[in-house]
Amino acid sequence: MRVLGKGLIDRATPVGFTFDGVRYEGFEGDTLASALLANDVRLMGRSFKYHRPRGVLTAGSEEPNALVTVGTGPAQDPNMRATVQEIYEGLEARSQNRWPSLAFDVMSVNDLAAPFLGAGFYYKTFMWPRAFWEKLYEPVIRRAAGLGALSGDPVEDRYERAWAFCDLLVIGAGPAGLMAAQTAARAGLDVILADEDARMGGRLLAERHEVGGTSGPEWVASMLEDLGGMPNVRLMTRTTVTGAYDQGTYGALERVGHHLPRAGHRPLETFWRIVAKRAILAAGALERPVAFANNDRPGIMTAGAVRAYLNRWGVSPGRAVSVFGNTDDIYRTARDLKSAGVHVAAVVDARADADAPIDVPVYKGAVVCDSAGGKHLESITIRTAGREEKISTDCLAMTGGWNPTVHLTCHMNGRPAWRDDILAFVPRPDAIPGMEVAGACNGAMSTAACLREGAEAAGGIVADLGKSVSELDLPEAEDDPYRPAPLWHVPGKGRAWLDFQNDVTVKDVRQAAVENFRSVEHMKRYTTQGMATDQGKNSNVAALAVLADATGRAIPETGTTTFRPPYAPVAMAAMGSGAQGKGFAPERFTTSHKATVERKAPMIEAGLWYRPSYFPHPGEDTWRQSCDREVGYVRNAVGICDVSTLGKVDIQGPDAAKLLDFVYINMFSTLKVGRVRYGLMLREDGHVMDDGTTARLAEHHYVMTTTTAAAGQVMAHLDFVHQCLHPEWDVSFTSVTEQWAQFAVAGPKSRALLNNLLDLPLDDATWPFMACGEISVAGIKGRLFRISFSGEHAYEIAVPARYGDSLFRLLVARAEGMEGGAYGMEALNVLRIEKGFITHSEIHGRVTAFDIGMERMVSAKKDCIGKVMAARPGLMDPERERLVGLKPAGATKQLTTGAHLFAQGADPVRLNDQGYITSVGFSPSLGSMLALGFLKNGPDRYGETVKMVDHVRGIEALCEVVNPVFFDPEGGRVRG
Amino acid sequence: MVDLIAKSPCDGLLPKTMDGISLTEVEMTSITSVAPFKGREGALSEALKTAHGMAFPAPNRATGKEGARAVWFSRGQAVLIGPEPDVALGRFAALTDQSDAWSVVRLDGEGVEEVLARLVPIDLRPQSFKRGHTARTQLMHMTASITRVGERAFQIMVFRSMSATLVHDLETAMEGVAARG
Repeated sequence: MRVLGKGLIDRATPVGFTFDGVRYEGFEGDTLASALLANDVRLMGRSFKYHRPRGVLTAGSEEPNALVTVGTGPAQDPNMRATVQEIYEGLEARSQNRWPSLAFDVMSVNDLAAPFLGAGFYYKTFMWPRAFWEKLYEPVIRRAAGLGALSGDPVEDRYERAWAFCDLLVIGAGPAGLMAAQTAARAGLDVILADEDARMGGRLLAERHEVGGTSGPEWVASMLEDLGGMPNVRLMTRTTVTGAYDQGTYGALERVGHHLPRAGHRPLETFWRIVAKRAILAAGALERPVAFANNDRPGIMTAGAVRAYLNRWGVSPGRAVSVFGNTDDIYRTARDLKSAGVHVAAVVDARADADAPIDVPVYKGAVVCDSAGGKHLESITIRTAGREEKISTDCLAMTGGWNPTVHLTCHMNGRPAWRDDILAFVPRPDAIPGMEVAGACNGAMSTAACLREGAEAAGGIVADLGKSVSELDLPEAEDDPYRPAPLWHVPGKGRAWLDFQNDVTVKDVRQAAVENFRSVEHMKRYTTQGMATDQGKNSNVAALAVLADATGRAIPETGTTTFRPPYAPVAMAAMGSGAQGKGFAPERFTTSHKATVERKAPMIEAGLWYRPSYFPHPGEDTWRQSCDREVGYVRNAVGICDVSTLGKVDIQGPDAAKLLDFVYINMFSTLKVGRVRYGLMLREDGHVMDDGTTARLAEHHYVMTTTTAAAGQVMAHLDFVHQCLHPEWDVSFTSVTEQWAQFAVAGPKSRALLNNLLDLPLDDATWPFMACGEISVAGIKGRLFRISFSGEHAYEIAVPARYGDSLFRLLVARAEGMEGGAYGMEALNVLRIEKGFITHSEIHGRVTAFDIGMERMVSAKKDCIGKVMAARPGLMDPERERLVGLKPAGATKQLTTGAHLFAQGADPVRLNDQGYITSVGFSPSLGSMLALGFLKNGPDRYGETVKMVDHVRGIEALCEVVNPVFFDPEGGRVRG
Repeated sequence: MVDLIAKSPCDGLLPKTMDGISLTEVEMTSITSVAPFKGREGALSEALKTAHGMAFPAPNRATGKEGARAVWFSRGQAVLIGPEPDVALGRFAALTDQSDAWSVVRLDGEGVEEVLARLVPIDLRPQSFKRGHTARTQLMHMTASITRVGERAFQIMVFRSMSATLVHDLETAMEGVAARG
């Protein structure tokens, strides 16, 4: 029911929305909860386990009951708190965990079965038969008990991540936070003031306190105007600080788009990482409900929530409101209601000795012990000494005192301390390095104390950071004493709820104690107390008070459970934002990418790079046809392939040769200028790290190439060697992978092609196999390397990357005029298998130089990384699995990668395993499948027949063990 | 006679402007990696001053000005951007041509820090990251060189091959900022 003349809503701006398909109207400034209450909708959800009808309990982010689903399809957001969700024109919200409807929920039969569904019921009930748990019981239970659901569609909304930096982060913009922010900002600190609410002000928006002679909201507005005008202040509304992490880093979730219709690229949420030199936690306090029988009916809520709905939103949650509690807040609540013209049915004060300065029926030393009603509250039962009285009421405002919001102070393992005077846990000092705590979350319960603590905390930080504070000017404010009496649980029959969201009752906690789950952590896990999405914000302290009572201990002795981040639920989409689709990883494109895609080549990923698989021609139905044709280009004419993705490292300095001799197993100091040499490098443990060719361009200038896959690893390795092992060497190196577009020009006609293109022609005398040097194409200076990964007469030509696209197109066009053309990774792979050249399929991290037949390359004249470790006896054992070639030798002609090798007559089981296949390809040159693999005693078994078994694909084939160089073993063609 | 046509790294991708913030490709120019030989840092800095008018930059700093800038790039290494390196530098440092290796863009406009705050994990506030400050850091998933070159302008460099991702990531961040209005 809306109350005339109250509230901070804009009554000139009506807003239409729907709840469960029914259209309602609220006003600008309403939350979904306040708007529904204004429309007398009090039933907003069903409870988790028993499907009890529920309404709002609170008016803030701690709400356990009123969870709704907003939107449909990919935009469906489950478990949105109605107390947080602001309304906007067109908002569509639906209730959850009910079928077929909120008012008539079939699963509410669970409530009748409650005696069987208490704590631990499924541990006890569904033990047998064992296999049924996963298949039957758990799915059924999960369907019956639950929250909202995701749509299952991929999310289409945008989410963001962002970083922010400041001198001081103030968490919470109530009286303490506002004072702190202003004090620090006026002293010149860079301040971020973050508040989870859409509107800053905290409890000052919900109470009728005056501050500095004006109303609370007016004082807040003047503070915000002052802060908003300062360039060193950043005000972040709708921003929940979710976690405190090392070195002053805080996680924070900003709701950017939840309160607005979807539009354009606006993100729904931004997940901030805020790095602050200092922080002040001014997060306030959360009100405790009281556990009495049937305390969960719609219409029963915290007293602070009733005042918030009344004073901030101009809504009375009932027409005849009663109030129950253990602090003077109950009189404040009754006064606020009366002055707004709302009928107050009764005030029930648990304390016998309090003043009762109010003109309504007051029951002193009394408790509410039961409630009645269906979908909403109809009456309560009041118990005074020796007698019970039932009175009609449609709303009960209850308070059991306040719990300081200590959560963030516990995120780095801090434990709060108990204060007997306010019956609550407060943070211990320095629980989070660099964070101060001020206001109600520090146990300061009056407005005046909050203002003072905020200013003082900021003043201390200002001084610490070397600035000075001007004279403190604290506004006048309410300074009422706060004197709660213990009121956790009203004894009696019937279920009294503690954790509303997980349906945990007093009886459940007692049962846990009876079954010897006496530790608070055990009780939590046994009952699921505090394990719902609200993390027990309303219930944890009351639950452990009940546990303390049941186990005969004091509350501080019983202790709290651990509060962990995030303080409030954070969507996975926000944490992982930006990392979906193209944001998942960078794409690296070669300069020939465009021309390649124009030729409809399917692209494959090689690390982050995109490389062509093959270049299809019209009439070709399978990749094999294209691949065979492309292999033919290289063997018979000339083929062009972009090899720019290989790592290229420019190495310069007087000690360049020393570095190379140290990282490669073979010698590079003896390499002549203008020549290239193949090199193999080992890890410290003696296994092969990478291979490639290195060219000597000048006395102190080399260019090393690495494989595409290991380019980063080799660069890091070189840095390690130079910075840690030999910092005295005068050598520097830098990656030039991106500087050069480099293309293989391979095949018998390669020189003819190049001689038509280069400004000066090549001949064998000046450009023998393994020569390198400068060339120029169309006046552009480049580099040429006569090297070959195909065994053919071949070159690699490099030009500055800006000319890559142009040169690639030119080379391919020329090759096509000579019965050749572009070739892709498939053909490249077949060509190198025919020659027995290795890639990382072979040097996969577990093989040594000995295993690949290169142990004789290890120079005896020098030391190198991995040399000693590679000489360990176990690594030189002839029985090791060593590199061989394999050819089909039986009826089955297919060989497969990953298949294992066995002796011909042996059972193909693990114990008989003799090796495995690493690479296969069909060689059009030899008309057969070829494979490279590793076989025990491999090179000693040429001519032998072994059995290949592919257990995964179900293929068996006999193969002949052969030398891995299948094609042109004499190597005549490469020198051509 | 053949002709090779030069293409810049962001060819066809830029410029883009949104909400007063512009993203443009910096015209390709000479970029040279300069790594002083052992003990020659001082001599190199002198030679740089004589030839190109700027000192060798300290870590996280850039020297020079628009058109001729030396940007600290990594341990013992800076890049000279703009002029072709004077031959005299070669006596004191390893010089490596990197003119084609980097995609160089400029992000310019009011609130430019807000865009970068969505991609870059370091403090780029004007009071802590001033003109002439530079950093090797992350931009989304890429390693980048970021230099403040104006009151509200940054120069951003990533590997040439990642130009499309650079533009994609910056554009996404610009859209997110612009959408807040």
